[in-house]
Amino acid sequence: MRLIRGAAAALTVIVALSACEARTPGDDAGATLAISCGAVGQEFEICRRGVDRWSAATGHRVELVSTPNSATERLALYQQLLAAGAHDVDVLQVDVIWPAILAPHLLDLGPVAGAAIDGHFPALVENNSVDGRLVALPWFTDAGVLYYRQDLLEKYDEAVPATWRELAATAARIQSAERAAGDTRMWGFVWQGRAYEGLTCNALEWVASHGGGTIVDADGRVTIDNPAAARALEGAAAWVGTISPPGVLNYAEEESRGVFQSGHAVFMRNWPYAWALVESDDSPVRGRVGVAPLPAGDAGRPAATLGGWQLAVSKYSRYPALAADLAAFLTSEAEQKRRALAGAFQPTIVALYSDPQVTDANPFFARLAASFDAAVARPSAATGVHYNRVSNAFYGAVHDVLSGRRDAADALADLDERLRVTLGEGS
Amino acid sequence: MILVLAVVAGWPLLRTIWFGFTDAHLANPGGAVWVGWDNYLRHEEDAWRGLLADPLWWRAVGNTLVFTLISVSLETLLGLVIALVLNASFALRGWVRAAVLVPWAIPTIVSAQMWSWILNDQFGMLNDLLLRLGMIAEPLAWTADPSLALLSVILVDVWKTTPFMALLILAALQMLPRDCYDAARVDGVGPVRTFFHITLPLISPALLVAVVFRALDALRVFDLIYVLTPNSAQTMSMSVYARQQLVDFQSVGAGSAAATMLFFVVATCIAVFLVAFRGRLEPGANG
Repeated sequence: MRLIRGAAAALTVIVALSACEARTPGDDAGATLAISCGAVGQEFEICRRGVDRWSAATGHRVELVSTPNSATERLALYQQLLAAGAHDVDVLQVDVIWPAILAPHLLDLGPVAGAAIDGHFPALVENNSVDGRLVALPWFTDAGVLYYRQDLLEKYDEAVPATWRELAATAARIQSAERAAGDTRMWGFVWQGRAYEGLTCNALEWVASHGGGTIVDADGRVTIDNPAAARALEGAAAWVGTISPPGVLNYAEEESRGVFQSGHAVFMRNWPYAWALVESDDSPVRGRVGVAPLPAGDAGRPAATLGGWQLAVSKYSRYPALAADLAAFLTSEAEQKRRALAGAFQPTIVALYSDPQVTDANPFFARLAASFDAAVARPSAATGVHYNRVSNAFYGAVHDVLSGRRDAADALADLDERLRVTLGEGS
Repeated sequence: MILVLAVVAGWPLLRTIWFGFTDAHLANPGGAVWVGWDNYLRHEEDAWRGLLADPLWWRAVGNTLVFTLISVSLETLLGLVIALVLNASFALRGWVRAAVLVPWAIPTIVSAQMWSWILNDQFGMLNDLLLRLGMIAEPLAWTADPSLALLSVILVDVWKTTPFMALLILAALQMLPRDCYDAARVDGVGPVRTFFHITLPLISPALLVAVVFRALDALRVFDLIYVLTPNSAQTMSMSVYARQQLVDFQSVGAGSAAATMLFFVVATCIAVFLVAFRGRLEPGANG
C-alpha cells in the first residue's frame, strides 16, 4: 500500500519536473546527457574516463548516474524509470539477460552501429537483437572464472583443480593446514550465495557442469527436476560451513572479493572484473593470484555462465541522436581496448583478442578462451518476459537447499512445478 | 477534510484493490483486464493457484507476524524501562533524553546499511566484539544463517524503535498526577507495588496506543528487511513479497492483490487487538 502511494507520489514529481523543463528539439548544443554506469569495483571510474573523452570531443556534458550494485535491483530501477517514461537517463548499461525484457523501451541502434557491429561476437549481437531491432550495443563480456592463490597451491604442492570434487578436497586441505598454522580466518572457497541474480549464475554453473541442463531448455521446456541437478546442488550445499563461510549465503560479488582479496580464501568464483582489483597496487594478494576456467562436474566438462553488459538508449531520451552517438563511442574498438588495458574488461570485439597490447596486459584472456567455449547462457531468450520469475524461483530454491532448509530433490520438484505454472501462464 | 482523506488515502486504496482484480502489468497498466478473484485463488489443472495458495506468501505472513510479536514486545518492555529511568531526575537528563532518540532519528535505510556492516560475518564489529569477549568461538553469519537472519532483523528493529516507545511512554509518565504518589508514600507503599498498582494502570491507555502504532508499523516492515537480507524467503515480509510481485515481476495485478491482503491482515490484527483491550483504551477506565 505504502509502496503504491510512494510510487504515485514519485510519478507526480517526475511528471511535474518534466513539465517545467522547456524542451527545445533540434537545439542540442551544450546538451546534458545522463548515463548509468555500473559501480562494481572500479567500473564507475573507468566509465567516467571514457565519458569524459566523449565530452571533450563533442562539447556536451554527461552526468553519471550511479545505480545499485545488485543486478536484480538495477533492473527493478530501470523498469520503474522506463515504465514511467522518465527521461532522467539517456544511456543505460544493461545486463546480457535484459534486452528481451526492456526492448519495448529501447531505441534501435542498428543504423548507428552500421557495419562496425560485424566485428563483435555474433552470439552477443544476436542476443541483443529483439524482433530484428538491435536494442543494445555489446560493451564488455564476461563469464564466471575461478581465482586461486598461486602461492598457497605451490606451498602445499596442489594442482589447479579440474573438477569440483578436486576443488573441495584441495580447499579443505589448505584451509585446515593454514588454520593449524595460525591463520584462523582462512576459508577454502568463496562465491556468490545471496538470494539474487548472482546465485542463479553460480548455481547454473554447478548444474550445467554436472549435466543437469539449463533450468529451461531452448524450446521453453522446464528441465530442472533431474538427478544430476540435485547432485550438483547437494555438492554445493556441503561446502557451506565447511570450505565456505556460512556468511556466503549473503555474499554478492564484492563481499566474496573482500574475503579473497584480503587473503582469507584459497579459491574464489567471480567475474573477470576482479582481476584488475586483486592485482592492483594496494591489494594484499597482488602477484599471488591465478585465474583458471571453472572446474568440471560429473559430466566431465566445465560450464561458465555468460555475463556481460551492453549499452542501450532509452526511447524517452531528450537527445536520442547524441545518446546513440555516446553509446557507439563507448563501445568502439578504441574505447574497448582502453577498458581492457585499464580495467581488464573483456572486449566484445573479436579482433582485440589478437592485439598484443591487450593480451600482454591480460595474460589470462588467452587462458579464458576455454571459458568462452564452455559458456552457458541463462535461459533468458527461452523465457522472455518471464525470465525474472524463473530466475527468482530458481535462486530461491537453491538458497533453501544451500541453507539446509530443504533437500535438493524436494526443492527441485517444487521448483519444477512452480516454473511450469509461471511459463504456462504466459502461453 | 473528508475530501482530502478521500483523495490521499481512499483513492489509492480503492485503486490498489481494483488492480488486485485485474491482470495489470507494470509496463502497460492501462490495458488491464478484469480477472475476478484469479489473483487470490483459482483452480487450474487439478491444483489451486494464486496468492492464497502460494506457500511463499504464507511464509511471508508468518515471518511478519513473528517479527511483529517479538519486536513490539521487546520494544515495549525496553521502552518502559528506559522511560522510567528518564523520568527520574538526574544530572544532564535533557542530554540523555536527546541522546536516546538518536537511533530513531537516523533514516532506516542508513541504519540498516550500517547494521549490515556491523553484522557482516567476516569484518563485522559485532562478531569481533563477541569473539574478543569469548562469547562465541567462531564468527556468526548474522544475516545469512537461516536460524539467525530473522533474529538479526528483529535486533536491529528493537535498536531502532525502542526510543520511539520510550518517548511515548515518557510523555504518559510526565502527565501522571503527583498526589497518588504522595499518598502512596505516606501509606508506606514500596516502589514495586507503586509501579504495578499506580503507574502501570495510569499509563496503560497511552501504552496501548503506542503498541498499536508500533504494531501497525511493524506489520508493514519493508526497508530494514530489504537492506539486510534482500529477497531471502527466510525473512521475507508481506511488504517485501508485494514489492517483488510489483517491481521484480512487473505484475501489478498479483502485487496489488498481495498489498490488499496485507491491508486486511493489518486491519484484522489491529481490530482483534482493539477489541481485546477495548475497556482499557477509554480515558479514566480502571484496568
